[in-house]
Amino acid sequence: MDLFLNFFADIDWSEIWLATGDTMTMLFGSLFFTVVLGLPLGVLLFLTSPRQLFEQKGLYAFLSLVVNMLRSLPFIILLIVMLPLTKLITGIYMDEATTLGVAGAIPPLVIGATPFFARLVETALREVDRGIIEATQSMGASTRQIITSALLPEARPGIFAAITVTAITLVSYTAMAGVVGAGGLGDLAIRFGYQRFQDNVMVVTVVMLMILVQILQTVGDKLVVHFSRK
Amino acid sequence: MIEFQNVHKTYRVAGKDIPALHPTSLRVENGQVFGLIGHSGAGKSTLLRLINRLEEPSGGQITVDGEEVTALDANGLRRFRQQVGMIFQHFNLLASKTVADNVALPLTLAGELSRKDINLRVAELLARVGLSDHAKKYPAQLSGGQKQRVGIARALATKPKILLCDEATSALDPQTTASVLQLLAEINRELKLTIVLITHEMDVIRRVCDQVAVMDAGVIVEQGSVADVFLHPQHPTTKRFVQEAEQVDEGEQRDDFAHVPGRIVRLTFQGDATYAPLLGTVARETGVDYSILAGRIDRIKDIPYGQLTLAVTGGDMEAAFARFTAADVHMEVLR
Repeated sequence: MDLFLNFFADIDWSEIWLATGDTMTMLFGSLFFTVVLGLPLGVLLFLTSPRQLFEQKGLYAFLSLVVNMLRSLPFIILLIVMLPLTKLITGIYMDEATTLGVAGAIPPLVIGATPFFARLVETALREVDRGIIEATQSMGASTRQIITSALLPEARPGIFAAITVTAITLVSYTAMAGVVGAGGLGDLAIRFGYQRFQDNVMVVTVVMLMILVQILQTVGDKLVVHFSRK
Repeated sequence: MIEFQNVHKTYRVAGKDIPALHPTSLRVENGQVFGLIGHSGAGKSTLLRLINRLEEPSGGQITVDGEEVTALDANGLRRFRQQVGMIFQHFNLLASKTVADNVALPLTLAGELSRKDINLRVAELLARVGLSDHAKKYPAQLSGGQKQRVGIARALATKPKILLCDEATSALDPQTTASVLQLLAEINRELKLTIVLITHEMDVIRRVCDQVAVMDAGVIVEQGSVADVFLHPQHPTTKRFVQEAEQVDEGEQRDDFAHVPGRIVRLTFQGDATYAPLLGTVARETGVDYSILAGRIDRIKDIPYGQLTLAVTGGDMEAAFARFTAADVHMEVLR
Protein backbone atom coordinates (compact mmCIF):
# COMPACT_ATOMS: atom_id res chain seq x y z
CA MET A 1 0.00 0.00 0.00
CA ASP A 2 2.76 2.40 0.96
CA LEU A 3 4.61 1.47 -2.16
CA PHE A 4 1.47 2.26 -4.15
CA LEU A 5 1.01 5.66 -2.50
CA ASN A 6 4.70 6.52 -2.83
CA PHE A 7 4.45 5.89 -6.53
CA PHE A 8 2.02 8.78 -6.85
CA ALA A 9 3.58 10.98 -4.11
CA ASP A 10 5.45 13.46 -6.30
CA ILE A 11 2.62 14.13 -8.74
CA ASP A 12 1.67 17.77 -9.13
CA TRP A 13 -2.11 17.35 -8.99
CA SER A 14 -2.83 20.97 -9.86
CA GLU A 15 -0.99 20.32 -13.09
CA ILE A 16 -3.18 17.24 -13.72
CA TRP A 17 -6.42 19.14 -13.10
CA LEU A 18 -5.28 22.00 -15.28
CA ALA A 19 -4.46 19.55 -18.08
CA THR A 20 -7.82 17.79 -17.65
CA GLY A 21 -9.57 21.15 -17.93
CA ASP A 22 -7.59 21.94 -21.09
CA THR A 23 -8.54 18.58 -22.58
CA MET A 24 -12.20 19.25 -21.81
CA THR A 25 -12.02 22.70 -23.38
CA MET A 26 -10.43 21.30 -26.53
CA LEU A 27 -12.86 18.39 -26.63
CA PHE A 28 -16.10 20.30 -26.22
CA GLY A 29 -14.93 23.33 -28.16
CA SER A 30 -14.00 21.22 -31.16
CA LEU A 31 -17.04 18.93 -30.75
CA PHE A 32 -19.31 21.98 -30.91
CA PHE A 33 -17.82 23.24 -34.17
CA THR A 34 -17.63 19.73 -35.60
CA VAL A 35 -21.36 19.24 -35.08
CA VAL A 36 -22.21 22.72 -36.39
CA LEU A 37 -20.22 22.13 -39.57
CA GLY A 38 -20.56 18.36 -39.93
CA LEU A 39 -24.34 18.06 -39.56
CA PRO A 40 -25.18 20.24 -42.60
CA LEU A 41 -22.35 18.61 -44.53
CA GLY A 42 -23.72 15.15 -43.67
CA VAL A 43 -27.23 16.22 -44.71
CA LEU A 44 -25.84 17.59 -47.98
CA LEU A 45 -23.90 14.38 -48.63
CA PHE A 46 -27.07 12.38 -48.04
CA LEU A 47 -29.34 14.56 -50.18
CA THR A 48 -26.98 14.74 -53.14
CA SER A 49 -26.11 11.05 -53.12
CA PRO A 50 -27.54 8.76 -55.81
CA ARG A 51 -31.31 8.16 -55.77
CA GLN A 52 -31.97 10.76 -53.04
CA LEU A 53 -34.07 13.92 -52.97
CA PHE A 54 -31.45 16.21 -54.50
CA GLU A 55 -29.41 13.78 -56.50
CA GLN A 56 -26.41 15.74 -57.84
CA LYS A 57 -23.77 13.39 -59.18
CA GLY A 58 -21.08 16.06 -59.62
CA LEU A 59 -21.54 17.77 -56.27
CA TYR A 60 -21.71 14.47 -54.42
CA ALA A 61 -18.54 13.21 -56.10
CA PHE A 62 -16.75 16.46 -55.19
CA LEU A 63 -17.88 16.50 -51.54
CA SER A 64 -17.10 12.83 -51.26
CA LEU A 65 -13.61 13.36 -52.61
CA VAL A 66 -12.86 16.21 -50.18
CA VAL A 67 -14.20 14.20 -47.25
CA ASN A 68 -12.19 11.14 -48.24
CA MET A 69 -9.00 13.17 -48.72
CA LEU A 70 -9.28 14.76 -45.29
CA ARG A 71 -10.06 11.41 -43.73
CA SER A 72 -7.10 9.72 -45.34
CA LEU A 73 -4.70 12.15 -43.67
CA PRO A 74 -3.38 10.88 -40.32
CA PHE A 75 -4.37 13.44 -37.69
CA ILE A 76 -0.82 14.03 -36.53
CA ILE A 77 0.13 15.06 -40.08
CA LEU A 78 -2.98 17.23 -40.43
CA LEU A 79 -1.95 19.07 -37.24
CA ILE A 80 1.39 20.03 -38.71
CA VAL A 81 0.16 20.72 -42.24
CA MET A 82 -2.49 23.01 -40.83
CA LEU A 83 -0.17 25.12 -38.66
CA PRO A 84 -0.11 28.15 -41.01
CA LEU A 85 -3.88 28.05 -41.48
CA THR A 86 -4.46 27.66 -37.76
CA LYS A 87 -2.30 30.71 -37.16
CA LEU A 88 -4.43 32.65 -39.60
CA ILE A 89 -7.77 31.54 -38.07
CA THR A 90 -6.91 32.01 -34.41
CA GLY A 91 -4.54 34.93 -34.80
CA ILE A 92 -2.18 33.26 -32.34
CA TYR A 93 1.33 34.59 -32.62
CA MET A 94 3.71 31.69 -32.62
CA ASP A 95 7.40 32.21 -31.98
CA GLU A 96 8.14 28.61 -32.18
CA ALA A 97 6.15 27.21 -35.04
CA THR A 98 5.30 24.08 -33.07
CA THR A 99 3.52 25.54 -30.06
CA LEU A 100 -0.22 25.79 -30.49
CA GLY A 101 -1.92 26.21 -27.14
CA VAL A 102 -5.45 25.10 -26.35
CA ALA A 103 -7.32 27.47 -28.67
CA GLY A 104 -4.88 26.73 -31.46
CA ALA A 105 -5.69 23.04 -31.30
CA ILE A 106 -9.37 23.54 -32.05
CA PRO A 107 -9.19 24.33 -35.81
CA PRO A 108 -7.20 21.19 -36.72
CA LEU A 109 -9.39 19.10 -34.41
CA VAL A 110 -12.50 20.41 -36.16
CA ILE A 111 -11.03 19.86 -39.63
CA GLY A 112 -9.95 16.37 -38.61
CA ALA A 113 -13.28 15.35 -37.08
CA THR A 114 -15.84 17.09 -39.35
CA PRO A 115 -15.47 14.80 -42.41
CA PHE A 116 -15.61 11.76 -40.13
CA PHE A 117 -18.74 13.05 -38.38
CA ALA A 118 -20.38 14.07 -41.68
CA ARG A 119 -19.99 10.52 -43.01
CA LEU A 120 -21.58 9.14 -39.85
CA VAL A 121 -24.49 11.57 -40.23
CA GLU A 122 -24.91 10.51 -43.87
CA THR A 123 -25.07 6.88 -42.76
CA ALA A 124 -27.56 7.67 -39.99
CA LEU A 125 -29.83 9.45 -42.50
CA ARG A 126 -29.57 6.52 -44.87
CA GLU A 127 -30.98 4.32 -42.11
CA VAL A 128 -34.26 6.26 -42.19
CA ASP A 129 -36.88 4.24 -44.05
CA ARG A 130 -37.54 5.62 -47.54
CA GLY A 131 -41.23 5.17 -46.84
CA ILE A 132 -40.99 7.95 -44.23
CA ILE A 133 -39.73 10.35 -46.89
CA GLU A 134 -42.45 9.23 -49.28
CA ALA A 135 -45.16 9.66 -46.65
CA THR A 136 -43.94 13.16 -45.81
CA GLN A 137 -43.82 14.04 -49.51
CA SER A 138 -47.38 12.78 -49.94
CA MET A 139 -48.47 15.30 -47.26
CA GLY A 140 -47.17 18.10 -49.45
CA ALA A 141 -44.01 18.83 -47.46
CA SER A 142 -41.23 20.92 -49.00
CA THR A 143 -37.73 19.46 -49.10
CA ARG A 144 -36.72 21.67 -46.16
CA GLN A 145 -39.72 20.41 -44.17
CA ILE A 146 -38.88 16.82 -45.04
CA ILE A 147 -35.40 17.34 -43.58
CA THR A 148 -36.42 19.20 -40.43
CA SER A 149 -39.74 17.47 -39.66
CA ALA A 150 -39.01 13.91 -40.68
CA LEU A 151 -35.43 13.02 -41.57
CA LEU A 152 -33.58 14.64 -38.67
CA PRO A 153 -36.06 13.59 -35.92
CA GLU A 154 -36.08 10.02 -37.28
CA ALA A 155 -32.28 9.91 -37.49
CA ARG A 156 -31.80 11.44 -34.04
CA PRO A 157 -30.69 8.24 -32.27
CA GLY A 158 -28.16 7.61 -35.04
CA ILE A 159 -26.95 11.20 -34.90
CA PHE A 160 -26.42 10.99 -31.13
CA ALA A 161 -24.49 7.78 -31.62
CA ALA A 162 -22.40 9.60 -34.25
CA ILE A 163 -21.72 12.48 -31.85
CA THR A 164 -20.62 9.98 -29.18
CA VAL A 165 -18.21 8.18 -31.51
CA THR A 166 -16.88 11.51 -32.74
CA ALA A 167 -16.37 12.81 -29.19
CA ILE A 168 -14.35 9.73 -28.31
CA THR A 169 -12.28 10.08 -31.46
CA LEU A 170 -11.68 13.70 -30.50
CA VAL A 171 -10.37 12.61 -27.09
CA SER A 172 -7.60 10.69 -28.77
CA TYR A 173 -7.01 13.56 -31.22
CA THR A 174 -6.61 16.03 -28.32
CA ALA A 175 -4.00 13.73 -26.83
CA MET A 176 -2.13 13.78 -30.16
CA ALA A 177 -2.36 17.54 -30.25
CA GLY A 178 -0.15 17.41 -27.15
CA VAL A 179 2.76 16.52 -29.42
CA VAL A 180 2.72 19.97 -30.94
CA GLY A 181 2.28 21.65 -27.58
CA ALA A 182 -1.45 22.08 -27.48
CA GLY A 183 -1.75 21.43 -23.74
CA GLY A 184 -4.09 18.95 -22.09
CA LEU A 185 -3.59 15.44 -20.81
CA GLY A 186 -1.77 14.25 -23.92
CA ASP A 187 0.71 17.07 -23.59
CA LEU A 188 1.29 16.13 -19.95
CA ALA A 189 1.78 12.50 -20.80
CA ILE A 190 4.33 13.33 -23.46
CA ARG A 191 6.30 15.99 -21.58
CA PHE A 192 6.38 14.37 -18.13
CA GLY A 193 5.44 10.76 -18.64
CA TYR A 194 7.52 10.13 -21.75
CA GLN A 195 10.26 12.71 -21.95
CA ARG A 196 11.01 12.86 -18.18
CA PHE A 197 10.33 9.19 -17.50
CA GLN A 198 7.67 9.98 -14.86
CA ASP A 199 5.72 6.73 -15.10
CA ASN A 200 3.27 7.86 -12.43
CA VAL A 201 2.17 10.89 -14.51
CA MET A 202 1.75 8.62 -17.48
CA VAL A 203 -0.47 6.23 -15.47
CA VAL A 204 -2.61 9.05 -14.09
CA THR A 205 -3.16 10.70 -17.50
CA VAL A 206 -4.03 7.37 -19.10
CA VAL A 207 -6.53 6.61 -16.33
CA MET A 208 -8.02 10.11 -16.70
CA LEU A 209 -8.47 9.61 -20.44
CA MET A 210 -10.07 6.22 -19.87
CA ILE A 211 -12.54 7.65 -17.37
CA LEU A 212 -13.37 10.47 -19.79
CA VAL A 213 -14.10 8.01 -22.61
CA GLN A 214 -16.24 5.86 -20.30
CA ILE A 215 -18.32 8.86 -19.27
CA LEU A 216 -18.80 10.00 -22.88
CA GLN A 217 -19.88 6.57 -24.04
CA THR A 218 -22.30 6.09 -21.14
CA VAL A 219 -23.94 9.48 -21.62
CA GLY A 220 -24.09 8.94 -25.39
CA ASP A 221 -25.70 5.52 -25.02
CA LYS A 222 -28.29 6.92 -22.62
CA LEU A 223 -29.22 9.64 -25.12
CA VAL A 224 -29.49 7.12 -27.96
CA VAL A 225 -31.80 4.90 -25.91
CA HIS A 226 -33.86 7.89 -24.79
CA PHE A 227 -34.51 9.03 -28.35
CA SER A 228 -34.94 5.58 -29.88
CA ARG A 229 -38.62 5.13 -28.87
CA LYS A 230 -38.45 1.53 -29.85
CA MET B 1 -63.22 12.87 -60.45
CA ILE B 2 -59.81 11.46 -61.24
CA GLU B 3 -59.07 11.15 -64.93
CA PHE B 4 -56.11 9.59 -66.73
CA GLN B 5 -55.63 10.28 -70.43
CA ASN B 6 -53.02 8.15 -72.12
CA VAL B 7 -50.83 8.27 -69.05
CA HIS B 8 -47.73 6.14 -69.27
CA LYS B 9 -44.59 5.60 -67.26
CA THR B 10 -41.25 4.21 -68.32
CA TYR B 11 -38.30 3.64 -66.03
CA ARG B 12 -34.79 3.85 -67.30
CA VAL B 13 -32.76 1.06 -65.76
CA ALA B 14 -29.14 0.50 -66.79
CA GLY B 15 -29.64 2.30 -70.10
CA LYS B 16 -32.77 0.35 -71.00
CA ASP B 17 -36.34 1.65 -71.00
CA ILE B 18 -38.59 -0.54 -68.89
CA PRO B 19 -42.30 0.24 -69.29
CA ALA B 20 -44.11 0.15 -65.93
CA LEU B 21 -47.41 1.48 -67.21
CA HIS B 22 -48.50 1.39 -70.84
CA PRO B 23 -50.67 4.29 -72.06
CA THR B 24 -53.73 4.09 -69.84
CA SER B 25 -56.97 6.01 -69.70
CA LEU B 26 -59.04 5.73 -66.59
CA ARG B 27 -61.82 7.51 -64.76
CA VAL B 28 -62.67 7.36 -61.06
CA GLU B 29 -65.93 9.05 -60.06
CA ASN B 30 -66.17 11.08 -56.88
CA GLY B 31 -67.23 9.14 -53.81
CA GLN B 32 -66.27 5.82 -55.34
CA VAL B 33 -64.08 3.15 -53.84
CA PHE B 34 -61.92 2.17 -56.78
CA GLY B 35 -59.80 -0.95 -56.50
CA LEU B 36 -56.75 -1.81 -58.54
CA ILE B 37 -55.73 -5.43 -58.35
CA GLY B 38 -52.67 -7.07 -59.81
CA HIS B 39 -49.68 -9.20 -58.95
CA SER B 40 -46.50 -7.48 -57.82
CA GLY B 41 -44.87 -5.77 -60.77
CA ALA B 42 -48.18 -5.32 -62.59
CA GLY B 43 -47.84 -1.54 -62.38
CA LYS B 44 -50.60 -0.86 -59.85
CA SER B 45 -48.27 0.82 -57.39
CA THR B 46 -46.91 3.06 -60.17
CA LEU B 47 -50.43 3.97 -61.25
CA LEU B 48 -51.41 4.90 -57.68
CA ARG B 49 -48.32 7.08 -57.22
CA LEU B 50 -48.97 8.90 -60.48
CA ILE B 51 -52.18 10.32 -59.00
CA ASN B 52 -50.29 12.49 -56.48
CA ARG B 53 -47.16 12.55 -58.63
CA LEU B 54 -44.92 10.69 -56.24
CA GLU B 55 -44.03 9.19 -59.60
CA GLU B 56 -43.69 11.59 -62.51
CA PRO B 57 -45.54 10.38 -65.61
CA SER B 58 -43.50 9.92 -68.78
CA GLY B 59 -46.46 11.26 -70.75
CA GLY B 60 -50.19 11.80 -70.76
CA GLN B 61 -52.52 13.96 -68.73
CA ILE B 62 -53.91 13.51 -65.22
CA THR B 63 -56.76 15.70 -64.00
CA VAL B 64 -58.48 15.74 -60.63
CA ASP B 65 -61.79 17.64 -60.46
CA GLY B 66 -60.82 19.55 -63.57
CA GLU B 67 -57.42 20.58 -62.21
CA GLU B 68 -54.58 19.36 -64.38
CA VAL B 69 -52.23 17.68 -61.93
CA THR B 70 -49.60 17.03 -64.56
CA ALA B 71 -49.30 20.81 -65.19
CA LEU B 72 -48.79 21.87 -61.55
CA ASP B 73 -45.55 23.56 -60.48
CA ALA B 74 -43.77 22.63 -57.23
CA ASN B 75 -45.93 24.90 -55.06
CA GLY B 76 -49.16 23.91 -56.75
CA LEU B 77 -48.25 20.27 -56.36
CA ARG B 78 -47.62 20.72 -52.62
CA ARG B 79 -51.04 22.35 -52.18
CA PHE B 80 -52.65 19.60 -54.26
CA ARG B 81 -51.01 16.86 -52.21
CA GLN B 82 -52.50 18.35 -49.05
CA GLN B 83 -55.90 17.41 -50.51
CA VAL B 84 -54.87 13.83 -51.17
CA GLY B 85 -54.31 11.54 -48.19
CA MET B 86 -52.22 8.41 -48.50
CA ILE B 87 -51.76 5.29 -46.39
CA PHE B 88 -49.11 2.63 -46.82
CA GLN B 89 -48.51 -1.08 -46.45
CA HIS B 90 -45.82 -0.50 -43.82
CA PHE B 91 -47.66 2.45 -42.28
CA ASN B 92 -44.65 4.80 -42.58
CA LEU B 93 -45.27 6.43 -39.21
CA LEU B 94 -42.51 8.49 -37.63
CA ALA B 95 -41.05 6.38 -34.82
CA SER B 96 -39.71 9.51 -33.12
CA LYS B 97 -43.13 11.12 -32.74
CA THR B 98 -46.12 10.21 -30.58
CA VAL B 99 -49.36 9.03 -32.14
CA ALA B 100 -50.86 12.51 -31.68
CA ASP B 101 -47.82 14.21 -33.24
CA ASN B 102 -47.90 11.80 -36.19
CA VAL B 103 -51.52 12.68 -36.85
CA ALA B 104 -50.74 16.38 -36.41
CA LEU B 105 -47.82 16.30 -38.86
CA PRO B 106 -49.73 17.09 -42.09
CA LEU B 107 -51.41 20.00 -40.30
CA THR B 108 -48.17 21.45 -38.91
CA LEU B 109 -46.57 21.07 -42.35
CA ALA B 110 -49.48 22.92 -43.98
CA GLY B 111 -49.11 25.60 -41.30
CA GLU B 112 -52.66 26.92 -41.63
CA LEU B 113 -54.10 26.03 -38.23
CA SER B 114 -53.16 27.28 -34.76
CA ARG B 115 -51.70 24.82 -32.25
CA LYS B 116 -55.02 24.80 -30.40
CA ASP B 117 -57.04 24.00 -33.53
CA ILE B 118 -54.56 21.30 -34.47
CA ASN B 119 -54.97 19.66 -31.06
CA LEU B 120 -58.75 19.71 -31.42
CA ARG B 121 -58.59 18.21 -34.90
CA VAL B 122 -56.16 15.50 -33.76
CA ALA B 123 -58.44 14.54 -30.86
CA GLU B 124 -61.39 14.34 -33.26
CA LEU B 125 -59.43 12.15 -35.71
CA LEU B 126 -58.16 9.81 -33.01
CA ALA B 127 -61.71 9.40 -31.73
CA ARG B 128 -62.88 8.51 -35.25
CA VAL B 129 -60.32 5.72 -35.62
CA GLY B 130 -60.85 4.56 -32.02
CA LEU B 131 -57.42 5.43 -30.65
CA SER B 132 -58.17 8.26 -28.23
CA ASP B 133 -56.46 6.41 -25.38
CA HIS B 134 -53.24 5.99 -27.32
CA ALA B 135 -52.46 9.63 -28.18
CA LYS B 136 -49.33 9.79 -26.03
CA LYS B 137 -47.90 6.44 -27.13
CA TYR B 138 -45.19 5.91 -29.70
CA PRO B 139 -45.88 3.82 -32.85
CA ALA B 140 -43.57 1.03 -31.62
CA GLN B 141 -46.01 0.44 -28.74
CA LEU B 142 -48.94 -0.23 -31.08
CA SER B 143 -50.14 -3.32 -32.96
CA GLY B 144 -50.18 -3.41 -36.77
CA GLY B 145 -53.88 -2.66 -36.97
CA GLN B 146 -53.53 0.27 -34.58
CA LYS B 147 -50.61 1.62 -36.60
CA GLN B 148 -52.71 1.56 -39.77
CA ARG B 149 -55.49 3.37 -37.91
CA VAL B 150 -52.98 6.07 -36.99
CA GLY B 151 -52.00 6.13 -40.68
CA ILE B 152 -55.64 6.61 -41.65
CA ALA B 153 -56.15 9.37 -39.07
CA ARG B 154 -53.01 11.08 -40.35
CA ALA B 155 -54.16 10.79 -43.97
CA LEU B 156 -57.51 12.36 -43.08
CA ALA B 157 -56.02 15.24 -41.09
CA THR B 158 -56.16 17.84 -43.85
CA LYS B 159 -59.72 16.81 -44.85
CA PRO B 160 -58.66 15.45 -48.22
CA LYS B 161 -61.02 14.70 -51.13
CA ILE B 162 -59.12 11.58 -52.11
CA LEU B 163 -57.52 8.78 -50.12
CA LEU B 164 -54.87 6.61 -51.76
CA CYS B 165 -54.29 3.22 -50.14
CA ASP B 166 -51.08 1.41 -51.03
CA GLU B 167 -51.59 -2.25 -50.04
CA ALA B 168 -52.97 -0.90 -46.78
CA THR B 169 -53.95 -4.29 -45.37
CA SER B 170 -51.28 -6.54 -46.86
CA ALA B 171 -49.20 -6.54 -43.68
CA LEU B 172 -52.16 -7.30 -41.42
CA ASP B 173 -53.77 -10.52 -40.23
CA PRO B 174 -57.26 -11.42 -41.60
CA GLN B 175 -59.19 -10.17 -38.57
CA THR B 176 -57.35 -6.85 -38.46
CA THR B 177 -57.71 -6.54 -42.23
CA ALA B 178 -61.48 -6.86 -41.84
CA SER B 179 -61.65 -4.11 -39.22
CA VAL B 180 -59.42 -1.73 -41.20
CA LEU B 181 -61.50 -2.34 -44.36
CA GLN B 182 -64.64 -1.67 -42.36
CA LEU B 183 -63.15 1.63 -41.20
CA LEU B 184 -62.31 2.56 -44.81
CA ALA B 185 -65.85 1.74 -45.94
CA GLU B 186 -67.23 3.84 -43.08
CA ILE B 187 -65.03 6.80 -44.01
CA ASN B 188 -66.04 6.51 -47.65
CA ARG B 189 -69.70 6.53 -46.68
CA GLU B 190 -69.64 9.28 -44.08
CA LEU B 191 -67.10 11.68 -45.57
CA LYS B 192 -67.99 11.02 -49.23
CA LEU B 193 -64.29 10.49 -49.76
CA THR B 194 -63.03 9.01 -53.02
CA ILE B 195 -60.78 6.04 -52.26
CA VAL B 196 -58.33 4.46 -54.66
CA LEU B 197 -56.76 1.31 -53.28
CA ILE B 198 -54.35 -1.23 -54.63
CA THR B 199 -54.17 -4.81 -53.46
CA HIS B 200 -53.31 -8.30 -54.60
CA GLU B 201 -56.24 -9.85 -52.75
CA MET B 202 -59.62 -10.17 -54.47
CA ASP B 203 -61.20 -10.41 -51.04
CA VAL B 204 -60.23 -6.80 -50.27
CA ILE B 205 -61.86 -5.71 -53.53
CA ARG B 206 -64.99 -7.72 -52.76
CA ARG B 207 -65.42 -6.19 -49.35
CA VAL B 208 -65.04 -2.48 -50.00
CA CYS B 209 -64.80 -1.57 -53.67
CA ASP B 210 -67.47 -0.31 -56.08
CA GLN B 211 -65.32 -0.46 -59.19
CA VAL B 212 -62.31 -2.57 -59.95
CA ALA B 213 -59.57 -2.57 -62.55
CA VAL B 214 -57.41 -5.63 -63.03
CA MET B 215 -53.82 -4.99 -64.02
CA ASP B 216 -51.31 -7.23 -65.69
CA ALA B 217 -47.87 -6.25 -67.03
CA GLY B 218 -48.58 -2.51 -67.02
CA VAL B 219 -51.98 -2.77 -68.70
CA ILE B 220 -55.54 -2.65 -67.34
CA VAL B 221 -56.92 -5.91 -68.71
CA GLU B 222 -60.40 -5.76 -67.27
CA GLN B 223 -62.49 -3.11 -65.59
CA GLY B 224 -66.03 -2.76 -64.33
CA SER B 225 -68.30 -2.92 -61.30
CA VAL B 226 -67.03 -5.33 -58.68
CA ALA B 227 -70.10 -7.57 -58.95
CA ASP B 228 -69.64 -7.96 -62.74
CA VAL B 229 -65.93 -8.56 -62.60
CA PHE B 230 -66.10 -10.81 -59.57
CA LEU B 231 -69.01 -12.98 -60.69
CA HIS B 232 -68.25 -13.08 -64.41
CA PRO B 233 -64.51 -12.68 -64.84
CA GLN B 234 -63.37 -12.59 -68.48
CA HIS B 235 -59.61 -12.19 -68.58
CA PRO B 236 -57.41 -15.12 -67.43
CA THR B 237 -55.69 -12.92 -64.82
CA THR B 238 -59.05 -11.92 -63.36
CA LYS B 239 -60.20 -15.55 -63.33
CA ARG B 240 -57.07 -16.50 -61.44
CA PHE B 241 -57.67 -13.83 -58.81
CA VAL B 242 -61.29 -14.87 -58.34
CA GLN B 243 -60.33 -18.53 -58.04
CA GLU B 244 -57.68 -17.65 -55.48
CA ALA B 245 -60.29 -15.78 -53.45
CA GLU B 246 -62.81 -18.63 -53.64
CA GLN B 247 -60.18 -21.28 -53.20
CA VAL B 248 -61.48 -23.36 -56.06
CA ASP B 249 -59.58 -24.83 -58.93
CA GLU B 250 -61.73 -25.14 -62.03
CA GLY B 251 -59.63 -27.94 -63.45
CA GLU B 252 -59.91 -29.99 -60.27
CA GLN B 253 -63.62 -29.31 -60.10
CA ARG B 254 -64.15 -30.55 -63.66
CA ASP B 255 -62.43 -33.83 -62.77
CA ASP B 256 -64.50 -34.19 -59.60
CA PHE B 257 -67.78 -33.67 -61.49
CA ALA B 258 -66.83 -36.04 -64.34
CA HIS B 259 -68.82 -38.96 -62.94
CA VAL B 260 -71.87 -36.85 -61.94
CA PRO B 261 -74.87 -37.59 -64.20
CA GLY B 262 -77.05 -34.91 -65.86
CA ARG B 263 -76.37 -31.34 -67.00
CA ILE B 264 -74.17 -29.06 -64.93
CA VAL B 265 -75.11 -25.41 -64.61
CA ARG B 266 -73.82 -22.51 -62.56
CA LEU B 267 -76.40 -20.06 -61.21
CA THR B 268 -75.46 -16.64 -59.93
CA PHE B 269 -77.92 -14.74 -57.75
CA GLN B 270 -77.51 -11.13 -56.79
CA GLY B 271 -79.37 -8.83 -54.43
CA ASP B 272 -82.87 -9.90 -53.37
CA ALA B 273 -82.84 -12.92 -55.68
CA THR B 274 -80.29 -14.47 -53.32
CA TYR B 275 -82.94 -15.08 -50.67
CA ALA B 276 -85.86 -16.12 -52.96
CA PRO B 277 -86.86 -19.83 -52.72
CA LEU B 278 -86.30 -20.27 -56.45
CA LEU B 279 -84.69 -23.71 -56.64
CA GLY B 280 -87.47 -25.54 -54.80
CA THR B 281 -90.18 -23.79 -56.80
CA VAL B 282 -88.60 -24.57 -60.15
CA ALA B 283 -87.97 -28.21 -59.16
CA ARG B 284 -91.61 -28.68 -58.17
CA GLU B 285 -93.02 -26.98 -61.27
CA THR B 286 -90.78 -28.61 -63.88
CA GLY B 287 -90.12 -31.94 -62.26
CA VAL B 288 -86.32 -31.66 -62.47
CA ASP B 289 -84.07 -33.00 -59.79
CA TYR B 290 -80.95 -31.25 -58.75
CA SER B 291 -78.00 -31.77 -56.49
CA ILE B 292 -75.72 -28.96 -55.34
CA LEU B 293 -72.12 -29.65 -56.28
CA ALA B 294 -70.55 -26.43 -55.06
CA GLY B 295 -71.71 -23.08 -53.83
CA ARG B 296 -71.23 -20.03 -51.72
CA ILE B 297 -73.39 -17.25 -50.40
CA ASP B 298 -71.62 -14.05 -49.46
CA ARG B 299 -71.66 -10.31 -49.96
CA ILE B 300 -69.99 -7.99 -52.44
CA LYS B 301 -69.65 -4.80 -50.42
CA ASP B 302 -73.33 -4.41 -49.35
CA ILE B 303 -74.94 -6.63 -51.97
CA PRO B 304 -75.63 -10.28 -51.08
CA TYR B 305 -74.91 -12.80 -53.79
CA GLY B 306 -74.99 -16.54 -54.21
CA GLN B 307 -73.29 -18.77 -56.69
CA LEU B 308 -74.31 -22.43 -56.98
CA THR B 309 -73.09 -25.18 -59.23
CA LEU B 310 -75.89 -27.72 -59.82
CA ALA B 311 -76.21 -31.09 -61.49
CA VAL B 312 -79.70 -31.20 -63.00
CA THR B 313 -81.41 -34.48 -63.96
CA GLY B 314 -84.85 -35.57 -65.20
CA GLY B 315 -88.01 -33.53 -65.76
CA ASP B 316 -88.42 -30.70 -68.24
CA MET B 317 -84.89 -29.36 -68.22
CA GLU B 318 -85.41 -26.67 -70.87
CA ALA B 319 -88.40 -25.24 -68.99
CA ALA B 320 -86.35 -25.17 -65.79
CA PHE B 321 -83.51 -23.31 -67.50
CA ALA B 322 -85.98 -20.83 -68.94
CA ARG B 323 -87.43 -20.24 -65.47
CA PHE B 324 -83.98 -19.57 -64.02
CA THR B 325 -83.15 -17.08 -66.75
CA ALA B 326 -86.50 -15.35 -66.36
CA ALA B 327 -86.01 -14.99 -62.60
CA ASP B 328 -83.12 -12.55 -62.95
CA VAL B 329 -80.59 -15.24 -62.28
CA HIS B 330 -77.46 -15.49 -64.36
CA MET B 331 -77.08 -19.00 -65.68
CA GLU B 332 -74.11 -20.65 -67.32
CA VAL B 333 -74.33 -24.16 -68.69
CA LEU B 334 -71.04 -25.83 -67.87
CA ARG B 335 -71.85 -29.23 -69.38
